[in-house]
Amino acid sequence: MSDRPLPTIYAETQFYWDGAKEGKLLLQSCPSCDKAYFPPRPFCPTCGSRDVTVQEASGKGRLYSYIINHLPAPGYETPFTVAVVMLEEGVKMVANILDCPADPEALVLDMPLEVTFEQRGDIAVPQFKPAGGAA
Amino acid sequence: MSRASIAIVGAAETTRMGKVPELSQTGLHADAALNAMAECGLTPADIDGVATGGHDVAEIIQYLGITPTWYDGTSVGGCSFITLVRHAAAAIETGLCKTVLITHGESGRSNNRDHRPLFPSMQQREFESIYGPLFPPSRFTLPVMRKMKDDGLTEEQLAMVAVVQREWASHHPRATMRDPITVDDVLNSKMIAYPFRLMMCCLVSDGGGALILTSADRAKDFPTKPVYLRGMGGESAEGPMISQMESFSSSKAFRVSGKLAFESAGITHSDVDHLMVYDAFAHLPIYGLEDLGFVKPGEGGAFIAEGNTRPGGKLPMNTNGGGLSYMHSGMYGMYALQEGVRQMRGVSPAQVEDAKLSVVHGVGGMFSAAATVVMTSEDQW
Repeated sequence: MSDRPLPTIYAETQFYWDGAKEGKLLLQSCPSCDKAYFPPRPFCPTCGSRDVTVQEASGKGRLYSYIINHLPAPGYETPFTVAVVMLEEGVKMVANILDCPADPEALVLDMPLEVTFEQRGDIAVPQFKPAGGAA
Repeated sequence: MSRASIAIVGAAETTRMGKVPELSQTGLHADAALNAMAECGLTPADIDGVATGGHDVAEIIQYLGITPTWYDGTSVGGCSFITLVRHAAAAIETGLCKTVLITHGESGRSNNRDHRPLFPSMQQREFESIYGPLFPPSRFTLPVMRKMKDDGLTEEQLAMVAVVQREWASHHPRATMRDPITVDDVLNSKMIAYPFRLMMCCLVSDGGGALILTSADRAKDFPTKPVYLRGMGGESAEGPMISQMESFSSSKAFRVSGKLAFESAGITHSDVDHLMVYDAFAHLPIYGLEDLGFVKPGEGGAFIAEGNTRPGGKLPMNTNGGGLSYMHSGMYGMYALQEGVRQMRGVSPAQVEDAKLSVVHGVGGMFSAAATVVMTSEDQW
């Protein structure tokens, strides 16, 4: 598992990975647009304002789309699920679906998911799993 | 009545395609460029504008011995060459240069090159690649399950895209894959990234192509049958993070680019005799048909499965067999343009009878960018 790819972290995204290390999924949002956004950047992609805030996401989302990947990836055993999760806050992000078979029968679109964190060396990577352990 | 202002007077592919281990990627550019110059009687001294994508344009200029007054190195993936037709037309219109050479060469299979054609996207790598989708088949396909649920698109309809394009490829002596296939063949082929099987994914080839553009006034001086641009085409981009597409059922870049091209050409869908929609994977022609407005949202899969785009259908599409069966070097847009030109010259091995107007639409990256051009055999309309 430690062979899995690690993110290259930049100054603008450091807070996100620091948050993950503390078990928090942090999202930025723009108070004047009243909208969260992803991935991180120090301004609002809707209005361009630099006056943005950081808050912890609820960690709840739903399975928006996925593939079951049979191609090799370092540290992964194939097949594995690559999903797009729609967060409660209305933003989409990529994750693997943990604690759930990589099987279309188990991967029901719109099923509720909750955030979890996968340790890769010093870095904690936000991941998702079926909410309440259901799968 | 409008008169054409820009013409394509030279169009050629590399001498060989598929597996070309004897040429470097630079050599593939040059082979295609020399073929295109030869067919319209030009030498490098006659070229004053050069454009390419996925390769240093200055290297192509030096390798071919050209002294340009204009160049363009737009690299947004496979549609770069369609975008560059638009940019070249604007450059000729504004007098920045007179005769533009657009080259493409890609050693996708033999890998006779020392760099990849696309710039790495920093945020895509930081927030998507770490979860394991490292190759186009596991990135480009990510939105499709959502579209299947929302629009009723089926795996059988995706398979039919590959089946229909193989029918077209069977007419093309240069197509890599020409034997007929069935829906079962496609669905039983190796699983790559569920729901995508091997035969829903493009080939990996070596090859290249080149185009030569000039003003329509000069086109009559060339030995080739001119193919004219109708309008200035379109382009747009949404960006390399596929997870951030506004909609998973429709490409914003496709919609914006297509609308610009249709409006600029002053055409409606019923004017279109021939269509090329870049098909790196089987879902792309479905998105293309819907986002360019040939069918309503959600109807693209059924439209293809019902045979409307196959030989003899009302909207012949991807008549060379596309990236799924003809060839796919990595940035396929040039080959879609070449088939558009062949159809407008009336010389395609899969010629559509009386075809006078062709729309060529391409994608760059994984729904990252898009470009569209409209070609016609007529110099006024």
